[in-house]
Amino acid sequence: MHKDIVYSVKSPFRSEMNILGYRFGKGEKSACIVGPTRGNEVQQLYICSQIIKTLSRLEKTGAIVNNNEIMVIPTVNQYSINTEKRFWAMDNTDINRMFPGDEEGETTKRIAAGIFNAVKGFSYGIQFASFHTPGDFIPHVRMMETGYQNTSLANLFGLPYVLTRKPQPIDTGTLNYNWQLNGTNAFSVYTSATDYIDEKSANQAVSSVLRFLTRMGIIKYNCHNGFIATTLEEELLMSIRADVSGIYRRFKEPGEEVTFGDLLAEVVDPIEGEVKSQIIAPSDGIIFFAHGKPLVIENCTVYKLIRRLHE
Amino acid sequence: MVKTVFSIDLPVLENMCILKNRLQPLDLTGNERRVSIVTGIHGDELEGQYICYEIIRRIKENMEHLCGIIDIYPSLNPLGMDSLTRGIPAFDLDLNRCFPGSKEGDMAENAAAKIVEDILGSHLCIDLHSSNIFLREIPQVRMIEENASMLLPYAKLLNLDFVWVHPSATVQNATLAHALNTNGVPTIAVEMGTGMRITKQFGDQITEGIFCLLKEIGMWSGDVILPKTPIVSSEGHRDVTMVHAEASGIFLPAVKHWNSIKKGDVIGDIVNTLTGEIEQHIIAPCDGMVFTLREYPVVNSGSLIVRILGGDL
Ligand SMILES: [Zn+2]
Repeated sequence: MHKDIVYSVKSPFRSEMNILGYRFGKGEKSACIVGPTRGNEVQQLYICSQIIKTLSRLEKTGAIVNNNEIMVIPTVNQYSINTEKRFWAMDNTDINRMFPGDEEGETTKRIAAGIFNAVKGFSYGIQFASFHTPGDFIPHVRMMETGYQNTSLANLFGLPYVLTRKPQPIDTGTLNYNWQLNGTNAFSVYTSATDYIDEKSANQAVSSVLRFLTRMGIIKYNCHNGFIATTLEEELLMSIRADVSGIYRRFKEPGEEVTFGDLLAEVVDPIEGEVKSQIIAPSDGIIFFAHGKPLVIENCTVYKLIRRLHE
Repeated sequence: MVKTVFSIDLPVLENMCILKNRLQPLDLTGNERRVSIVTGIHGDELEGQYICYEIIRRIKENMEHLCGIIDIYPSLNPLGMDSLTRGIPAFDLDLNRCFPGSKEGDMAENAAAKIVEDILGSHLCIDLHSSNIFLREIPQVRMIEENASMLLPYAKLLNLDFVWVHPSATVQNATLAHALNTNGVPTIAVEMGTGMRITKQFGDQITEGIFCLLKEIGMWSGDVILPKTPIVSSEGHRDVTMVHAEASGIFLPAVKHWNSIKKGDVIGDIVNTLTGEIEQHIIAPCDGMVFTLREYPVVNSGSLIVRILGGDL
């Protein structure tokens, strides 16, 4: 393993933010793994640290196959992590909307350009990301439908679901999208947590990456086969919305199977305590996403359902 | 007359309401044109507040000169304005990236859809923005090339200093101005001043301009000034040059906003307040006019320092 500084940012008042790259093995640029771009992505940071720990051991025992280089960038934005800001603290911009970046542009575009320079050219790119909408998801691999995506490769992670998304204008600044346009097979891996650590889904994410690297012939590692993934299109997920605002009581978790008519959640009057509304399953299916906050605003999506799918 | 454009329940004992004030002649013929004036999409942009107040005040004092319907929307993002938040609090979303919105979506999309629905049918819309807290801007209008032939005649009446016509960018697709411009309501996005401030001089200038525009389209019969002729970036050989910080530190400007500058002049210094050293001595790369100037003193490498309009002025 060797460690170098991929990009560095100076603040007038803080020590330099050195973005580190950990390299394992030598030769072809095989796989690149990128951790948090946002300050609340602590689970993603934890996952990357566990991957670095494991790859260091594997390298020592000669388990990285010859002529393969793996790079891990465990965080792109420790400035925001350390101040508990979600985005770049100075101007509230999101680094994961700035790719491919601009070396002569604004600060976060420079950071994105510095990172993109370091991560482009790898055969496989894996990013641990989070969603704009806070809430809990089924662990899955996400690919952008750029025309270059290869969902059968995404299956090799062995996570239960692979989700494809049609790119919206807002997606064109993400690392995933630009990686793919640049010829890297790019995957975003989502676990069930973001701003807290969920050990179980973190382990699942680490295993999924090791499984993928093994199946691509980059490392030698004995692992469980995982799942044969179900592939979904994001637009076919069914949104279930709250019809009133108030205190939110959730009854179902991501991954749970529900039947038409099941009680999914309740909204309680925040002053008088009565149940104002019951949210009922409009179809059979499996919960893909669940709203996580204790309050809810009318019309907010509280669940996304994979319709008519059974366990 | 105050009307509710959009209302939604918040979790605890509160409604979020977007309100407008409709000013109209006492005797309506039914053929009046309508103009919508909106502001406050970004909760940290307050320059439009003074303009809304001033327009309503002047119209109320001279109702006899009003020959059309003026809808004034002083706060499209009331929660943001109340909480010094640029976007929509809790959602962490830029409202001006949510248009045209959807009735099927969440609060932000619902609000965006209602705003568009309410403004549709207007003869014209003026969307007042400030800069953010980091930059100071002269009163200007920005438009994309495709809309220039439709919008320039109106923009030239607005008593502006500058019209910046630039190539279209995909990110603008989700703005209110784009949603309205593609749906038959010519919409002019005005930008001026700085975030979290009111620059009365700029507010007065644009208020005068709005009355000039109203007079031109037959909605105001009172006296108006002769509007300034703005510099238009696409007319003549004019280029916009941006200068970014190449060091981090405290920016001390040496130039004045909206002043001409010569190549080689000092724009300012980025200094280190711990060592007393100058980290970067910033020199103008070209002749021109400083129309954007860094307002917020703390800079990182990459922070925008000035925009200079070069060429034949
Ligand atoms: Zn704005």
